[in-house]
Amino acid sequence: MTMATVSVNATLKSTRAALSARGLSKSFGNFQAVKDVDIDILQGRIHALIGPNGAGKSTVFNLLSKFLQPSAGTIMFGETDITRLAPAHVARLGVARSFQISATFGDMSLVDNVCVALQRPNGLAVQFWRSLASLSRLRPRAMELLARVGLADMADKRAADLSYGRKRALEIATTLALDPRVLLLDEPLAGMGQEDVQTMARLISDVARDCAVLMVEHNIKVVANIGDDITVLQRGEILTQGSYDEVSADPRVREAYMGTEDDE
Amino acid sequence: MIEAEEFETVVDTTRPHRLQQLVMLALIALLMLLPLWVYPVLLMKLMCFALFASAFNLLLGYGGLLSFGHAAFFGGSAYVTAHALKVWEVNPEFAIFAGVAAALVLGLIMGLLAVRRQGIYFAMITLALAQMFYFFCLQAPFTHGEDGIQGFSRGRLFGLIDLADSNVLYYVIAVVFVASIFAIRRIVYSPYGMVLQAIRENEQRAVSLGYSVQRYKLGAFVMSAGFAGLAGGLKAILFQFATLTDVNWHMSGEVILMTLLGGIGSIAGPIVGAGLVVTLQNYFATTGFPVTTALGATFIVCVLLFRRGIVGELRHRFAARSKQ
Repeated sequence: MTMATVSVNATLKSTRAALSARGLSKSFGNFQAVKDVDIDILQGRIHALIGPNGAGKSTVFNLLSKFLQPSAGTIMFGETDITRLAPAHVARLGVARSFQISATFGDMSLVDNVCVALQRPNGLAVQFWRSLASLSRLRPRAMELLARVGLADMADKRAADLSYGRKRALEIATTLALDPRVLLLDEPLAGMGQEDVQTMARLISDVARDCAVLMVEHNIKVVANIGDDITVLQRGEILTQGSYDEVSADPRVREAYMGTEDDE
Repeated sequence: MIEAEEFETVVDTTRPHRLQQLVMLALIALLMLLPLWVYPVLLMKLMCFALFASAFNLLLGYGGLLSFGHAAFFGGSAYVTAHALKVWEVNPEFAIFAGVAAALVLGLIMGLLAVRRQGIYFAMITLALAQMFYFFCLQAPFTHGEDGIQGFSRGRLFGLIDLADSNVLYYVIAVVFVASIFAIRRIVYSPYGMVLQAIRENEQRAVSLGYSVQRYKLGAFVMSAGFAGLAGGLKAILFQFATLTDVNWHMSGEVILMTLLGGIGSIAGPIVGAGLVVTLQNYFATTGFPVTTALGATFIVCVLLFRRGIVGELRHRFAARSKQ
């Protein structure tokens, strides 16, 4: 285990961390959900956050995206301390997140879903006096993003009418509209069919070339395939960190989490 | 150009079509001719309340925020407008301007305190603040307490047009009314309106896209307060008095009733709802029938039969039919 940690730390020093947390802790009343978590999400790499149910993955995720306020610890985005910033502020800096329950704007068309994300960075969010036609210049970019996730041909459908897998893809397109430097994905593959999983995994790898990705994920096969760095959480603490091979070789990880999954 | 055309047809199915534009023109023409057959003061009152309800709907129907304190903006502006006409003796356009400005300031203060909360807490805070404002109006010397402000003339618009003639006033109010409805529609179908819709549909998602949602909500609150103030100012000029009735919580309830009856989330809904409520009140006022009971009964019937409000229900049926 020590070996694994050391090797990760070595990588950390050589590669620039896009987002890093030190001593991250969160308690709800008497319950300490997250204890002293150090994590570095590196530029151009996919970091997978795994662990058994109730390990605190979602809490860590929400702390990093600032949807929860940490009780202790610091979060740095590059050189900027974002520990005390509001979630919308963090998003504006370039830390974009997705949601576990696919979050789309159901009554809007797909292209409008993406357009809404493009509006603010393009300075078209507060103009209450301009007509909707002013948004037409965002449309080509929105269509590009939809094409990237394979939804271009249904751009004018209502988001609520999409299948589950496609809603997730739409969410990725919307998130990418922010041109994020750090992409936080909360179980991006949950509930997807096998084909969709393949497509989405390819998409995530593709995206990770331009930014840093952190994903909370249960699908161990995908984590093994595309995850560059793995952090295993257990009872709110880091059990181990390292590459998939290092982590999966750790007997405690097998015991806590992977042993059962590997049997299939 | 072609691209813009395409965009028009695809982006939002609720966007007005050509046919709707024709209907709108016909309605405006009708509005101009109506005083030939209907008592103009009733029509003017109707327009004031229709504007009030439309302002309220901007917040509830498009912003998803239920305010229980809109009487403060309506009545507050009525007081300021009346005071400006009576004491400052300014032209009516300045009086209305002062009223709207007061409503905007009041809206900003109330909004700042209320938008931090959601749902029922938001409604309760607006109610509490509006009640505070009511008691302020009851005590403040310039409102003349129970007597209200009365006995002032409507004055001359721009110093030229004498508003004493109700037929003249009718067209002034009609123009302001139509312009305001168009302004509200523009706000709804604007880049800002899109963000507002996104916030209403999924607030957390909007936050994750970098929108400071409270500011956008505050914007909607203040704009809604401003239009409510415009409606209140017009009403004060129309009836030449401003009283506690306009700042009372009953008034806040009434505008909710109008908007829900007509149907939230459409431009026409609150106008229809206001029309219905004002007409009913007017009709029952002469029969000695208990108005409140009748309104309550109508409301219950509507809630049972037309959940979406009158306009919402018609739209829904029309959409269902055209799908077949």
